[in-house]
Amino acid sequence: MGQTRRAFNLRHEKLCDILIVSRVITALRVDGSHKMSQQLNEFADELTQILPSEALLLSTEARRPYECDGLTGYRELPAMVALPQTFEQVREILRLCQRYQVPLVARGAGTGLSGGATPHSEGVLLSLARFSRIIEIDPQARTARVQPGVRNLAISEAVAEHGLYYAPDPSSQIACTIGGNVAENAGGVHCLKYGLTVHNVIAAQVVLMGGDVINVGGTALDTPGYDLLATMIGSEGMLGVVTEVTVRLLPLPDAAKVLLAAFDTVESAAAAVAQVIAKGIIPAGLEMMDNPAIVAAEDFVQAGYPKDAAAILLCELDGTVAEVEADIQMVSDLLRESGARTVDVARDEAERVRFWSGRKNAFPAIGRISPDYYCIDGTIPRKAVAKVLAGIERLSAQSGLRVANVFHAGDGNLHPLILYDASKPGEFERTEALGGQILDLCVQVGGTITGEHGVGLEKINQMCVQFTDQELDQFHALKAVFDPDGLLNPGKAVPTLARCAEFNAMHVHGGELAHPQIPRF
Amino acid sequence: MDSFVESLQARIVTAGESGTRLNIVGGNSKHFYGGAPHGEPLAMGSHQGIVSYEPTELVVTARTGTLLVDLEQTLAESRQMLPFEPPAFGAGATIGGTIACGFSGPARPYRGAARDFVLGVNCVSGRGEYLRFGGQVMKNVAGYDVSRLMVGAMGTLGVMTEVSLKVLPLPVIERTLVFDCSGNDALTKMSDLGGRPLPVTGTVWHDGKLRVRLSGSEMAVESAASSLGGDLDIAGASFWQALKEHRLDFFGGTDPLWRLSIAPPAKMPDLPGESLVEWGGALFWVRGNDPQALVALARAHGGNLTRFRGAERSVSFQPLGEAEAVLNRGLKQAFDPAGILNPDRMLAGS
Ligand SMILES: Cc1cc2nc3c(=O)[nH]c(=O)nc-3n(C[C@H](O)[C@H](O)[C@H](O)COP(=O)(O)OP(=O)(O)OC[C@H]3O[C@@H](n4cnc5c(N)ncnc54)[C@H](O)[C@@H]3O)c2cc1C
Repeated sequence: MGQTRRAFNLRHEKLCDILIVSRVITALRVDGSHKMSQQLNEFADELTQILPSEALLLSTEARRPYECDGLTGYRELPAMVALPQTFEQVREILRLCQRYQVPLVARGAGTGLSGGATPHSEGVLLSLARFSRIIEIDPQARTARVQPGVRNLAISEAVAEHGLYYAPDPSSQIACTIGGNVAENAGGVHCLKYGLTVHNVIAAQVVLMGGDVINVGGTALDTPGYDLLATMIGSEGMLGVVTEVTVRLLPLPDAAKVLLAAFDTVESAAAAVAQVIAKGIIPAGLEMMDNPAIVAAEDFVQAGYPKDAAAILLCELDGTVAEVEADIQMVSDLLRESGARTVDVARDEAERVRFWSGRKNAFPAIGRISPDYYCIDGTIPRKAVAKVLAGIERLSAQSGLRVANVFHAGDGNLHPLILYDASKPGEFERTEALGGQILDLCVQVGGTITGEHGVGLEKINQMCVQFTDQELDQFHALKAVFDPDGLLNPGKAVPTLARCAEFNAMHVHGGELAHPQIPRF
Repeated sequence: MDSFVESLQARIVTAGESGTRLNIVGGNSKHFYGGAPHGEPLAMGSHQGIVSYEPTELVVTARTGTLLVDLEQTLAESRQMLPFEPPAFGAGATIGGTIACGFSGPARPYRGAARDFVLGVNCVSGRGEYLRFGGQVMKNVAGYDVSRLMVGAMGTLGVMTEVSLKVLPLPVIERTLVFDCSGNDALTKMSDLGGRPLPVTGTVWHDGKLRVRLSGSEMAVESAASSLGGDLDIAGASFWQALKEHRLDFFGGTDPLWRLSIAPPAKMPDLPGESLVEWGGALFWVRGNDPQALVALARAHGGNLTRFRGAERSVSFQPLGEAEAVLNRGLKQAFDPAGILNPDRMLAGS
């Protein structure tokens, strides 16, 4: 074990597309196929003074790969794509953007699922793909300083020789970048015990709109002043461009074991999760899947899941060899007492990886059985899971769209996957409406509209449900401190009050969410 | 919304209009920290009570005037705890003051800091608006992370009325091991321990003795203890308590106390006074009258110096870089435009 402990094979056509996209970095500037305003033209001319010609994409073909992120329902061609390679270039670009009042959207690998990296038609799409260098690994201090375009998994791979790893492990970890992780406060299946991005990033260098540079956090365990690092994390590229990230590394545990428990009802699976926590055990990972997700995953990767179970739990325990043995026994007993039909402990590393592969491939597995799927990201108090799943089932029946659920059960983060066909007229809109209703349900039970994928463009209306006007105003005031002209990622993450007024009016009167005629930008 | 919050809002609105500065007081246990408090006292101590607590959710929500001891007692009854082990510095300490100061105890490098466990904050801003950020769930990225921004902001951005915190199970057992060693050897050992998957939850060196605390399941702790050697400190539990609350002899007396927070050095720095090292070598408590030397050390080791007790209060924190200072002032302005909340407590002149 060890080296590949947190590495899981991820098969996903869409993700592969994305990977390819992020490597399309050498497309050449082809002149003039689209018209830009006089001001944008002047701006582009100035950019050519800063960037080599191959690092500024203007042609339609070259810009095309950047028109969307992982939320493919939202597309927009950026006016231009910049692929800087040095810190000074980034600074210059942000200075120029400020001077010309040109909007800028940062992009990592484009795996985001909320449209956070959707470009602005009159702006620059700033790709950080070329910032892919691991600057420094300090095994003694257990930190790594990396550029923002470094892939999440590349960090763990690079430090494995020192017996260390970077804990947050989003399922997209082979592709997504640490810069994107910082922007979304990305989580993974090991977050319950080891925390989210915010708990594992200790410092960042950030360029503000206009070119000022701030250093937030540090290698000491605290810094004077307000916690700007916490503010940057999860800020969805709205406050600054992250140009360097220092992460904390953890020693690889001696042993890890996973067990697979099958249940006849979702309720008993949910209750079993509570039992484990009540016993004082914090598993390294605790994931739940419902029947449609089980079936899809099993058909796709043959993980060994019982296809007739209503729900399964995957529970990973790590620590010393003896400790893991004892805990696995205790949790197995507990799950059986809580009504698990079967409890299987992975016998070896190969089986452990196989058990996880079903969960890690749940999204692409759904992608195989449906032309398209739409991933929701609500977080709820765990005690509400049975209620929320029942509610989702009801809403799904009403809308005629199938839903499969995967669930970071340990920390209450639910990912309903709505199956739809984008080629059928109106189906995406119905899907969005269902998604909105599911998020409303999450807020009603005391949860939130997004646990780890961000608001982006996608959930901007639901922000009006979760926050009051005064709270939204406070967010705008915070944003203005960092970016007074509102040039970074405009129109994302926090809705205007006018938009909420319009949305809430329809929300109440129409009963239906997310009216498609509302302009998105 | 309860009447306490409503009257709080009214009070803050009035204060904003008249430019009356407010000194937010929980249990007054940390009045010594930061710039000298001034302004009309705004008492939060009566706003008590646990709003919700379900052990299996690992989340507790409490009004900010709730006594820290009461909260910890409630959690302990369900065998849970605040993982960041905050010092109280007095029986009257409230959870609001604890979060506002953002202090964390000996477990900080191993389990995380106060800010790592804050899930949500309800507050009244300097505009008198009642605002709720974050929530009662573990993962939440809707909106900017204002809850964490409030941690360590010393009430200068808003008066917190409720906080939601992630809690964790209490360890089954704890053991404290003692080693006789030099400061340099202690630093090496602390660094080595941090790099191994061991259930270490505290390290401290003082006066030729290194103490290591192990916490967790019986099996994990016993096997780590036998592999590490050293002597068992049977008074371990009370030692860590005394350390956390600054009741060890080292913290007595009248010499100013400085807090030097740095990246763990490989060798003991040349300190201008008696010292105690915590947090795997990342925190040095130093007595003495030579802050200039300490500031230089802080800079050399990528860290910062804080005046903790004694000495001139107006310079409690190390100055920020220019760009960072602009943002700090901007944030203060954005949350408390009239500058009425805890003036000068954190940022001098605002
Ligand atoms: C199959 C699949 C599985 C996934 N599983 C998970 C999961 O388990 N957990 C999870 O949390 N997420 C998951 N995601 C979502 C996504 O991978 C994460 O949100 C990831 O953090 C995005 O990283 P990225 O590099 O692709 O960022 P992008 O999509 O390129 O950008 C995301 C946001 O970050 C901003 N941004 C990017 N780089 C910077 C920078 N350097 N400075 C400032 N802002 C920046 C962008 O403007 C945008 O707002 C999954 C996605 C897919 C497709």
